[in-house]
Amino acid sequence: MQFATINQSGTLVISVRERRIDAASAIRFKDAMREATQAAQGRVVLDMSGVDFVDSSGLGAIVASMKQLGDGRKLDLSGLTPDVDRVFRLTRMDSVFGIYPSVDAALGLRASG
Amino acid sequence: MVPCPRAEDGRESITIIGDGTADGVRSILTELRQKLIALGMMSEQRGTVEIVLAEALNNIIEHAYAPQEPGPLQLHADLKPDWLEIELRDRGRPFPGLGLPHPILPDSSGPVRTLPEGGFGWYLIHNLTDRVSYHRVADENHLYLGFMINRS
Repeated sequence: MQFATINQSGTLVISVRERRIDAASAIRFKDAMREATQAAQGRVVLDMSGVDFVDSSGLGAIVASMKQLGDGRKLDLSGLTPDVDRVFRLTRMDSVFGIYPSVDAALGLRASG
Repeated sequence: MVPCPRAEDGRESITIIGDGTADGVRSILTELRQKLIALGMMSEQRGTVEIVLAEALNNIIEHAYAPQEPGPLQLHADLKPDWLEIELRDRGRPFPGLGLPHPILPDSSGPVRTLPEGGFGWYLIHNLTDRVSYHRVADENHLYLGFMINRS
């Protein structure tokens, strides 16, 4: 599972560099999230704009990633592609996460260009 | 994959055989996606089909087959003018009580530590299909999934 991470004014932004978070990759995703988030504190934004498929195993792994953050740390999501967005809405998980159209929107920045 | 020649009545059929593993499921879904793109199915409907099949196939590899003894998966799809009909076959254990699980959405209204990490599969399958049925035939499970389709 490949991630690109940046720390921007106290928020850790993790961009998923794989197209699928599914049963075949859910455990690797959860492990990679633990590794990417354990050194930082505070809010995490997961940029999903490169992910075009999430099944319920992947959804479970994203929920588990929020739980393993602990201490009330917030996991927000940005850039959900249409099929991924649909899975979050149908399962009502869109009410559990903060969901933003883009990383800039999640960070409260105006889109550039 | 065995694509059949284009039939005169506008039907297409596709058969894909795969391994009952998470990687096997992925490769079946990837093959089917390519085929449905080639047949001109619209993106939103392909997405629907892919989510449903992912849930149904994952259910087979997690519950019908024992983790140490994965068996084969077979997908047969018939694309008709108004319907996509898909039958999944496996040789694993039957559904308990020979019936489909009820589509119950796990409760996600509680605090973070109580949030569900699974149990969404049958809810998604029932919500995104227009017909679902199950038959135990000899030592095989046959799961039928039907989707009404709008062609562009």
